[in-house]
Amino acid sequence: MFDSIGLPVIVLGGIAVFFGIVLAYASKKFAVEVDPRVTEIRDILPGANCGGCGYAGCDALAEAIVKGEVTVSFCPVGGDDVTAKIADIMGIEADNTERQVARVICCGDKDNAVEKYEYQGIEDCKAAEMHAGGAKGCRFGCTGLGTCVRECPFDAIHIVNGVAVVDEDKCTACKKCIAACPKGIIELVPVSKEVRVLCKNQDKGKSVAEVCKVGCIACQKCVKACKFDAIKVENNVAKIDYSKCVNCMMCAEVCPTKTIYANFAKRKKAFIDEDKCIGCTICLKHCNFTAIEGELKAKHKVLDDKCVGCGQCALKCPKNAIEMK
Amino acid sequence: MKLGLIIIGAIFVNNFVLSQFLGICPFLGVSKQLDTAIGMSVAVTFVMGLASVICWMIQYYILIPLGIGYMQTIAFILVIAGLVQFVEMVIKKTSPALYQALGIYLPLITTNCAVLGVAILNIDTNYNLIESLINGVGGGLGFALAIILFAGVRERLELAPTPKALDGFPIAMLAASLFSIAFLGFKGLFSGLL
Repeated sequence: MFDSIGLPVIVLGGIAVFFGIVLAYASKKFAVEVDPRVTEIRDILPGANCGGCGYAGCDALAEAIVKGEVTVSFCPVGGDDVTAKIADIMGIEADNTERQVARVICCGDKDNAVEKYEYQGIEDCKAAEMHAGGAKGCRFGCTGLGTCVRECPFDAIHIVNGVAVVDEDKCTACKKCIAACPKGIIELVPVSKEVRVLCKNQDKGKSVAEVCKVGCIACQKCVKACKFDAIKVENNVAKIDYSKCVNCMMCAEVCPTKTIYANFAKRKKAFIDEDKCIGCTICLKHCNFTAIEGELKAKHKVLDDKCVGCGQCALKCPKNAIEMK
Repeated sequence: MKLGLIIIGAIFVNNFVLSQFLGICPFLGVSKQLDTAIGMSVAVTFVMGLASVICWMIQYYILIPLGIGYMQTIAFILVIAGLVQFVEMVIKKTSPALYQALGIYLPLITTNCAVLGVAILNIDTNYNLIESLINGVGGGLGFALAIILFAGVRERLELAPTPKALDGFPIAMLAASLFSIAFLGFKGLFSGLL
């Protein structure tokens, strides 16, 4: 009994213990010091190893951050919270880069865009692209067969009535859809910018109108309406310079084809705190829409029907008496 | 003479990867770049040589005298796992770059069947201690020969205009099979001598 069970157990156990002791000694002898910041940062990162950053996993990204290869805000999924904690460990200020989201620059859905033929091939934008640039009459528009949807690891992009739409709450700006789109019409935009031109068609106005009811016809009305010089027509299509755009949504108001989209429900209004206002008239001078009135030394008033919520008065007020709501 | 035949046999005729199909996992996994392939083959050669010797000693000095030769496989796996762990620690200390490059394949030497294969073949063919060492090192060199040649081919494949469907791994598998067929040419090399 002992020979058949006890002996092998003791012998193998003995060998195992011997190797254990050797390894324990070796691990002391050959111990490698790891930068403690790597482990700390790895613990903070989401740990999903999604690869959205382009590194093999959270471990690899943590090492790259410590080495200084990338910025502390490099994790596209973690958000501001993670960035701040990592910046804390690295002992630097987090650069306040705003969260970006992908946007599909096309609004030519099934009701508005003309199709030049009926596509019955493989349900994939890249396949459709090979058949004269897809079924849509507009060669710049969204094919709507969902190559980007299948590419998105976060379920943040969907086809709505023939056009891809990004769910901005879920989007992590991982850029996978941008790489997948054969039309190149997905762009990264700062999330706070509410106004968007949803057209990339570079043809002349007449040709655009023939293929899409909501295409940009380069009429220049938005350029004239913009008081901040933030919108320009280049190559027959309007383009917003987001470093200048202040969300006043005037361009969206005047656009005759409704190509420029803005969520008017999110439009803010200025409110003056009368206790703080000293009547300096600075806000009044900076308002491009004559939406503030009031005499010098008297309390100022915002005209609600004229205010478009551009927020310039709040920025300029020396007493911080104006609030955007 | 016999030692010479053993080492030539282990490298060419009975090449562990290309003739006996052992150790395919690191052969395909680490052969993307010449540098890592060389590092891997050095590590495998070292482990195979050492494992041959230690496994031989355990077999003849511990297992057989105690009459538990049937525990051979488990005991050998234990030895190999310990050895690999040790090699991993040494490489991590001495060459972090190589450690990074080998990645997951380094601990996978533990389950590299070529290492266990050489240890068991040594016992099965009744080699003595010196012959086992030579066979182990020879097997490691054979592995090195195969993986380094293959890495050279794969580096060229990266730039070759392969059909899209065969891009990457599939074309590597095809190349490996052609390699294996080429090594069949060594079969019967010593039939006149032995």
